Amino acid sequence: MSNTKKILVVGNGMVGHHFVEQLVGACPGAEITVLSGEPRLAYDRVHLSEFFAGKSVEDLMLTSESRYQQLGVHFFCNAWVERIDRQAKQVWLKDGRHLVYDKLVLATGSYPFVPPIPGNDQPHCLVYRTIEDLEAIQASAAQSRVGVVIGGGLLGLEAANALKQAGLQAHVVEFAPQLMAVQLDEGGGKQLRSKIEALGVKVHTDKATQQIVAGKHCRYQLQFKDGEALEADLILFSAGIRPQDSLARQAELQTGERGGIIIDDQCRTSDPDIYAIGECALWQGRIFGLVAPGYQMARVAASHISAGELCFQGADMSTKLKLLGVEVASIGDAHGKTPGALSYQYQNQPLGIYKKLVVDASQQRLLGAVLVGDSSDYDTLLQYALNGMDLPEFPESLILPSAGSKPALGADALPITATICSCHNVSKGDVLSAMDAGACELGAIKSCTKASTGCGGCAGLLKTLVDGELAKRGVEVKKDICEHFAYSRQELFHLVQVENIRTFEALLDKHGQGLGCDICKPVAASILASNWNEFVLATPHVGLQDTNDTFLANMQKDGTYSVVPRVPAGEITPDKLIVIGQVAKKYRLYTKITGGQRIDLFGARVEQLPDIWRELIAAGFETGHAYGKSLRTVKSCVGSTWCRYGVQDSVGTAIDIENRYKGLRSPHKIKMAVSGCTRECAEAQSKDVGVIATEKGWNLYVCGNGGMKPRHADLFAQDLDTDTLIRYIDRFLMFYVRTADRLQRTSVWLESLEGGLDYLREVIIDDSLGLAEALEAQMQQIIGSYQCEWKTAIGSEQNLKRFRQFVNADKPDSNIQFVEERGQWRPASEQEKLAFAAIDVRQISSEPQNA
Amino acid sequence: MQWITLCKLDDLIDNSGVCAYLPDIEGQGRQLALFSLRHGDKQQLFAVGNWDPIGKANVISRGIVGSIAGEPVVASPLYKQHFSLLSGQCLEDNNIALPVFAVRLSGQDVQIANPSQPVTKGVC
Repeated sequence: MSNTKKILVVGNGMVGHHFVEQLVGACPGAEITVLSGEPRLAYDRVHLSEFFAGKSVEDLMLTSESRYQQLGVHFFCNAWVERIDRQAKQVWLKDGRHLVYDKLVLATGSYPFVPPIPGNDQPHCLVYRTIEDLEAIQASAAQSRVGVVIGGGLLGLEAANALKQAGLQAHVVEFAPQLMAVQLDEGGGKQLRSKIEALGVKVHTDKATQQIVAGKHCRYQLQFKDGEALEADLILFSAGIRPQDSLARQAELQTGERGGIIIDDQCRTSDPDIYAIGECALWQGRIFGLVAPGYQMARVAASHISAGELCFQGADMSTKLKLLGVEVASIGDAHGKTPGALSYQYQNQPLGIYKKLVVDASQQRLLGAVLVGDSSDYDTLLQYALNGMDLPEFPESLILPSAGSKPALGADALPITATICSCHNVSKGDVLSAMDAGACELGAIKSCTKASTGCGGCAGLLKTLVDGELAKRGVEVKKDICEHFAYSRQELFHLVQVENIRTFEALLDKHGQGLGCDICKPVAASILASNWNEFVLATPHVGLQDTNDTFLANMQKDGTYSVVPRVPAGEITPDKLIVIGQVAKKYRLYTKITGGQRIDLFGARVEQLPDIWRELIAAGFETGHAYGKSLRTVKSCVGSTWCRYGVQDSVGTAIDIENRYKGLRSPHKIKMAVSGCTRECAEAQSKDVGVIATEKGWNLYVCGNGGMKPRHADLFAQDLDTDTLIRYIDRFLMFYVRTADRLQRTSVWLESLEGGLDYLREVIIDDSLGLAEALEAQMQQIIGSYQCEWKTAIGSEQNLKRFRQFVNADKPDSNIQFVEERGQWRPASEQEKLAFAAIDVRQISSEPQNA
Repeated sequence: MQWITLCKLDDLIDNSGVCAYLPDIEGQGRQLALFSLRHGDKQQLFAVGNWDPIGKANVISRGIVGSIAGEPVVASPLYKQHFSLLSGQCLEDNNIALPVFAVRLSGQDVQIANPSQPVTKGVC
């Protein structure tokens, strides 16, 4: 018999997947096989409702087939287990196959409970758990007007949000007298209800649904016990979950009376070779329906299988989330059931805020809390509760609106064992060790500890901890762009703008030292251009530009340049195509189609650039700014003009957008795209600004990125008319130009913005900083002062002085040599140059070739 | 010392570079990068080889000039290494240096000294 342990995992939800990741790390020799009952591997169920906000299945995936292959994990999707043969240690699949195991791990999760209401099995009566459920809801919503969720718990409200996002009029029906009866007290439930109703979701509490019959105005009618009725086209059941324990029952493992596979502190079932983790497991009579405790069980089981000593000791069920945009949090004993418990409450009805603290009889310890409408105190309160820390003299000060003196619990006060991230079980000590080991930046700490990479609820606390610790260690978070300026890019931008500084020399004299360098000069050039938009080759500016900007072309490895004429939205006439071809042929340029739907002409010598551009400009071309940190292209699909599926004129809009923002200098390059329908052929979601047509207008996506670290763009606003779309893009771009760091793409910029996407929406859409008008005006000024830089350049001999190889000789650079390949010219390699020994290879190879 | 006139002062561009051709005995010719650093009324001229020994192309004259810790430098436009305009030394790699040439202004003429031998020996 082989020594390799065969580990079989049934279920590939979030917990099952976490187990696999843990075991691969803890037990490298194990042979792991995963059986997923769903058609795909693990995805993020916690953020399921984002599917309706535009996230794709790929966005939600936690792993991929190739990742599992890389880890050496075997897997089967759509693999339903029929029975376990504990004697033979075999698992039988529905399709007749069987697999053997040394250790079996059940991570079968739970299933939605559908109350036994007559009529609950009709079409358009759905549940909310898997991607397939979401697809069914989406399909049904397309034929529905009114949707109702049965169940007003946490999941039910998530589901109501999904219905609302799918465009339905949404109702929530709850059996209990209040919403979220498990997590919230009566006051919190009431506050949540009024906030949610203000958002247009109708809430019906104290309602027991008796039957579902055909409706008069809608598809169905729900008839309640109290004689009232509600009509709806789509019915979504979200009345709680039940542990998926049928396999365990079949295998005669011990299960709880009300379901759940009984486990011990090592997550073993009554059969020591079988483990159960996650929502299917019952520990000390409790089911844990959150992801963090599930992850803890996964760690415990993986540890035990690899001879480790972790124990499961229960889990904190505190939770913080956003339901329909309303902040809700619940900590510990929210209902004050502990004997002797006392409470403090604060309510602000105009703002829709409710907060409650539950403390012990001595008022020394925090037992629980409820926060609705404002959960900003969650991190602090949770740490008081979890670590049993002494409360301040007046505990109510923790929830009262502060007049600037709120006794914030510094991360300093936390014990070293305090859990910072409960999803990945990262303690304060773990974070400090990571910093000791050299991680001194939030991103690095996240990636080496995994803290704040689960639900993200601890992001604020982690940042406070890291910032405080860095300050304590005397690490100055230096934002100076270089030795010549003790300012960040944003600060320099501000100085230039406020003090009306027009040249680098003036900026250096007033605020800098030394002569400047290749870091601060291009930054200053970009800032000056974003503010005053003067010609970049004007005398005071020419020395600031990177070589690409200086020669208005892109330097290649051999010192030649490539030329990219603007082709707005990729639309080009046959005549213009012919001109590009003729120019390329005349100057022997290598041509290649770019990813941005234009044509790149390579191999131009510096002295050829003006002649090439005279010909291109004569044919109506403009510079494409491929050389600048500026708008590159606006990619488009063919849109409603030609496409059978297009719903808007994506090409026309893309042309307008490209012409509007061409020439805008920015901290880094900017790419955009416009798709004419949701099929998204223009790949707008990988751009800094992506626009996707809808039946009603345009959806705007921001801060996407391809390249080394791809990032899907975030849905920023929906169904905009064209004017609003342009206004938001104006504001967005100018806010980015003003505030981003040097060479910071929008994706990284967004991640560095405190408050993230929500903050950005507040600034751009709600105008929370009162900047909108100024941003638009500044953009208008840039647009109004646009010039084709090549047109300006060839208009003056002074400008063209630099476009010479030598100031004192009319010769080409003899080091530039080409060889022919696939019918075009490319730079000669070192070896080829040696072989041809300084003979101008281009001349020789240009003789007629045998076809 | 023999001085050779390369070009006129107004062929140079303040705080930027140009390339000049220097014929040599074998008729091969070599390329020099000429820089004029001006701050206020102060102007300084520098001449170094135009060949980028790291990027392996004749591009040094197209780099951005400036100073690092007081030393005047040019940054290669290809891979951004810095070279001292005084010594030719590459600040990122001790083993690499550009050849440096003595340069002066005679009236409006920009002149190079002793063209057969650069001031410091470097890779050219």
